Amino acid sequence: MSKINVQELTKIFGPSPEKGMEYLKQGKTKDEILAESGMTVGVNQASFSVEEGEIFVIMGLSGSGKSTLIRLLNRLIDPTFGQVWIDNEDITKAANQQLIETRRQKLGMVFQRFGLFPFRTVLANVAYGLEIQGIEKSEREEKAAKAIEDVGLKGYEKSYPEQLSGGMQQRVGLARALANETDILLMDEAFSALDPLIRQEMQDELLQLQNKWNKTVVFITHDLDEALKLGDRIAIMKDGAIVQVGTAEQILESPANDYVSRFVEDVDRSKVLTASHIMKNPSVLASEKDGPRVAVRKMEEAGVSSIFVVDRERHLKGLLTIDDAIGAHKQGLPMESVLISDFHTTTPDTPIQDLIANAVDTKYPITVLQDGKLTGIVSRVSILSGLVLGKEEEVTS
Amino acid sequence: MKTFYLPLEEWTNSFVNDWLLPTVGGFFNSLSDGIESVVDGITDFLIFLPPLLITIVLIGLALWLAGKGIALFTLVGCLYLGAVELWPEAMMTVAIVIVATFLSVFFGVPLGILAAKSDMVNRFIRPVLDFMQTLPSFVYLIPAILLFGLGGVPAVIATFIFATPPAVRMTNLGIRQVPEDIAEASKAFGSTSWQMLLKVELPMSLQTIMAGVNQTIMLALSMAVIASMIGAPGLGSTVLSGISNVNVGLGLTGGLGIVVLAIIIDRITQGIGDKL
Repeated sequence: MSKINVQELTKIFGPSPEKGMEYLKQGKTKDEILAESGMTVGVNQASFSVEEGEIFVIMGLSGSGKSTLIRLLNRLIDPTFGQVWIDNEDITKAANQQLIETRRQKLGMVFQRFGLFPFRTVLANVAYGLEIQGIEKSEREEKAAKAIEDVGLKGYEKSYPEQLSGGMQQRVGLARALANETDILLMDEAFSALDPLIRQEMQDELLQLQNKWNKTVVFITHDLDEALKLGDRIAIMKDGAIVQVGTAEQILESPANDYVSRFVEDVDRSKVLTASHIMKNPSVLASEKDGPRVAVRKMEEAGVSSIFVVDRERHLKGLLTIDDAIGAHKQGLPMESVLISDFHTTTPDTPIQDLIANAVDTKYPITVLQDGKLTGIVSRVSILSGLVLGKEEEVTS
Repeated sequence: MKTFYLPLEEWTNSFVNDWLLPTVGGFFNSLSDGIESVVDGITDFLIFLPPLLITIVLIGLALWLAGKGIALFTLVGCLYLGAVELWPEAMMTVAIVIVATFLSVFFGVPLGILAAKSDMVNRFIRPVLDFMQTLPSFVYLIPAILLFGLGGVPAVIATFIFATPPAVRMTNLGIRQVPEDIAEASKAFGSTSWQMLLKVELPMSLQTIMAGVNQTIMLALSMAVIASMIGAPGLGSTVLSGISNVNVGLGLTGGLGIVVLAIIIDRITQGIGDKL
């Protein structure tokens, strides 16, 4: 069961939205409707679903209708047509009191311009959602203080928003949404007003908090890098319609149309592609049962000067260079005694960006381990080709 | 260009004399009595208080809300009112201003909230406010006399009509000016309309509303002279007798008294707005 399920959600601004809806059904475009009737299509028949615990990013340029879309989810704007199911309740049909209850219990929201109450302290801001539910002062302040601590603002409870920096203000905004203990967080360009560094910090922190809280997050952004970093899945919007929904890889690798591919052209691939995309199966491996002689033979055959040694379950034991193997063979030493370990290891989902530094200072390939097992190796060549071509190398393991 | 004759005068007179007075005269009489006793009570109380005490309180307020300069001005102003022997008249004027301002705020602020919440109410109310502010006050002073008799009460009513618009307008403006994201935040967390109004919109617009209240008070003071024509006691009647006796000196002393009151009250109430 999806946490949020959106069906043909549409918003038309103008004097007779029903008429506009007819035009849409006839397949007219946003521009045509504007020219003919003067009405603006905010959101055009958007359908998607968000799973529990997922960060769902809605991305689009300004004017694409993404901010309208997120406001349709909690009905800060009333939709013209379509349904929004939250936990199997169609919120578009909810009566006023029911809507208020759903907002209180299920939908937290974080705003681009923070939307903090300037005349309230940080503590009172964060406690606001609980206060309007009539929760007693001591209890709501306790919960608020905890949320403030969670976002790293302990000690600022008595401050007023204007005394805080932008990043800190948005932490207050986040804490205010967390304090309500709702399952769903709606984040409307939540980090767009922040400096780039603070922004990255907040993104990392959101991911961390998400590990702990496991909320269902709908995140709006116009920044593709941010979308790719945060989104478990990403929906790309254009002219009020959703053009493509998919994981970061799906969108980068197979853009649904020209619009999306132009969009993703400039993406910094080093942040998106991971070790698993560019790793190769090592051409040859030595088993720990092999003696130095066998290992030397394998290297000879493959034409390489070093070889990774694994046990039967492919647990990595170490690296053997051809010089050490020959030396060990001559002196009759066991292979284990000459294995070296000054190579880098990484995990399959490490972004290429983080591998570049390692690749520069080592002459050996980087090994990719999952649960201690060798799943592939990454050479300098594959990092470079991954960055340039953005194509996955053949992976067999 | 006379194409037809509009008997507005006759209609109005017959409406007032044949319907309004007989039908609701009783109601207005008791309303009049109520307002009169409040105005009298406040006047008596202010005159009963030692001028020294009022002066000290005003200086204290001025120090707290408006700074040393205004505190000094308050001292000089109060000394002046005593020195020209107009202290009781000043207190009578203040009493009328207090009652009229209270009524203006009591009706004006909720009306302003309604106007902010509903564009329809706003469209309806705007010409009414224009009417109230620009219609020469003598026009409604006449029916006010008919309904309330002479004295302080019609003065309060006339002042109320003249001084309410800024309270309505500024409340309307203040609430409409609450930033969109803050109003949205309040809504998104599940506020009811009342909670949004009381916990977010009114606190956010308090400064603007106070600026409106300040304007209301100023307009109320400026009505003092006109109101004295229908028998309102106070500094206005001092000025009026100055006018009717061609006594320039008397007119000036009374007029200056009004200016002194206006500046003291204006600076102090402005200070309240800035403190919020």
